[in-house]
Amino acid sequence: MDMVQSDERSILTRAGLDALIGTLAARGYRVVGPKLRDQAIIYDDIAGVGDLPAGWTDEQDGGHYRLEQRDDNALFGYAVGPHSWKKYLHPPRLQLWSAKREETGFSISHEPETIPPFAFIGVRACEIQAIAIQDRVFLEGPHVDPHYQVRRAGAFIVAVNCGKAGGTCFCVSMGTGPCAKSGFDIALTELLPGTSEPIYVAEAGSEKGAEILSSLPGRAAQPAEIEAAEAVVTHTAAAMGRSLETAGIRDLLMSNLNHPRWDDVAERCLACANCTMVCPTCFCTSVEDASDLSGEEASRSRRWDSCFTMDFSFIHGGSVRASTKSRYRQWMTHKLATWIDQFDTSGCVGCGRCITWCPVGIDLTEEARAIRDAPAQEAKP
Amino acid sequence: MAAMPKPKLAVWKFSSCDGCQLTLLDCEDELLAVAGAVEIAYFPEATRGVVKGPYDVSLVEGSITTAHDAERIRAVRKQSKAVITIGACATAGGIQALRNFADVAAFTAIVYARPDFISTLATSTPIAAHVPVDFELRGCPIDKRQLIEVLSAFLAGRQPVTPAHSTCVDCKLAGNVCVMVAHGTPCLGPVTHAGCGALCPTYNRGCYGCFGPMESPNAKSLSARLSALGMDERALSRVYRTFNAAAKPFADEAERHGA
Ligand code: SF4
Ligand code: SF4
Ligand code: SF4
Ligand code: SF4
Repeated sequence: MDMVQSDERSILTRAGLDALIGTLAARGYRVVGPKLRDQAIIYDDIAGVGDLPAGWTDEQDGGHYRLEQRDDNALFGYAVGPHSWKKYLHPPRLQLWSAKREETGFSISHEPETIPPFAFIGVRACEIQAIAIQDRVFLEGPHVDPHYQVRRAGAFIVAVNCGKAGGTCFCVSMGTGPCAKSGFDIALTELLPGTSEPIYVAEAGSEKGAEILSSLPGRAAQPAEIEAAEAVVTHTAAAMGRSLETAGIRDLLMSNLNHPRWDDVAERCLACANCTMVCPTCFCTSVEDASDLSGEEASRSRRWDSCFTMDFSFIHGGSVRASTKSRYRQWMTHKLATWIDQFDTSGCVGCGRCITWCPVGIDLTEEARAIRDAPAQEAKP
Repeated sequence: MAAMPKPKLAVWKFSSCDGCQLTLLDCEDELLAVAGAVEIAYFPEATRGVVKGPYDVSLVEGSITTAHDAERIRAVRKQSKAVITIGACATAGGIQALRNFADVAAFTAIVYARPDFISTLATSTPIAAHVPVDFELRGCPIDKRQLIEVLSAFLAGRQPVTPAHSTCVDCKLAGNVCVMVAHGTPCLGPVTHAGCGALCPTYNRGCYGCFGPMESPNAKSLSARLSALGMDERALSRVYRTFNAAAKPFADEAERHGA
């Protein structure tokens, strides 16, 4: 087999993909990708293509996720699952420092973290945008988050252009997918030529990606294969499970803060916080202190928090957002409206996780539509 | 530091199964540290030695089900600087609070050969219904990490970290796949106070609500979902009627479904 040339689209087979995973591992990356666990496709460490969920897909709707068998051997024939890359770049729990009592006073230790670089396999276009949004939050503001920074630095991203739209996906509405345009080292499109094994049209998005790609066994892509790859994403784009009208959405929501729909959704919302936990852009954390029984050791850590908890807005005298209505409104207006003021982008990439993993299937696209269809007459704030 | 006397700890039992006290004994690795940090002055489950009160902190297990209990808890309160209730019985009345919704005389007639020997109240009530309580630790049984946290916090004079948000938050922090969404398994996690680290969902089972209602439970909406997953009215009335049956949000919801 020829070696892949860096300046062109190339074709990898399943063996080529396996070589990619092996190469990344050999170069010291911690390789993470999709895997089957507990009847879902989650992200975990992978050792080779054998770990990928070959032949599986998912059926998704509000509050509903089921795995289904495909009639082919596709390795990426499903949409995003309950996990996101956030769990690696912005871990759910993280100790910030610890302290020990000394003869006189105490000593604090917060070793600089040494984390092997991540290689993420199968990152979807919406997820690349979600990572870009968290980059903005953690790295591009006045305060750089060192914990995110050390995990994000050197991360190698292998994108996969989506071959199947999930039942709750709306990346087309959010302009984030289903085709990865940038922000990756290598992007793959899976082609499923009938009964034979899938092949992968590969494209380098960085020098590092080009260099690694050129070291893999593969061949140049034929024009027909490149066309077929384009057809895959066009087809996916036409099959979105959900849609959201984004024109003027900031002003629409902010001028409807007292819309009766917020009361309606509060009747259904459990304030369970699942939506914020699964959202790949939600970044909020709470800081917790611990001390041991002897009073010799103490530590401070942070964990994911959510605007759906009472503690989140607790100040002297109580919680500012005591009602579920005010908490749901905070979540949705932050995602779709005030995020724009804060970070110049939407806080939503249209991945659909908050819809699928809401135990009662609350759907922000539906909630936004309800307000758009019957806006209250209110003065703009 | 060394000159300071160790705080005196007492452990009291009311109407309960002992499971929560046993959680303290189950803190194998930490037990020495506990013994090092406090003087265990009264703990009949573990030791016969009794040090007289007053006590700096009293851990109270169990609910109040007899007139004698009601008197005894007042005496405990009088002798204790801090009262920490441990477990669903002490904080919500426990499973024995099922009597609150039934006829106790009828129960005793079925269970005991000589019901006339039984002297009991018509209800099982939490400790806080009788005396002021400084802190309530949830769970049936309590979680040992949380117990150590509450004791450590008490000793350090800080707030314990025992968040009142949903069990779902802990479930997601653990990286679990939601059993309700992905398997269609009914789960009380969304209305249940965190504390166990989402133990049951971690083993692919639904949450049973051992830690009682979370801070802002919306049981009505969850019930609609559980009903769509196949639970009938009878099942719904029973699912909230377990270890925290008398906790108001659960009691109300059970009643809404004909309990
Ligand atoms: S708000 Fe929902 S759809 Fe949007 S990025 Fe977050 S989880 Fe995905
Ligand atoms: S929606 Fe809520 S949890 Fe998410 S980033 Fe905004 S405030 Fe934080
Ligand atoms: S919208 Fe759904 S997932 Fe989010 S807090 Fe409400 S019930 Fe939970
Ligand atoms: S399994 Fe239960 S506790 Fe876990 S997220 Fe789902 S509903 Fe919540």
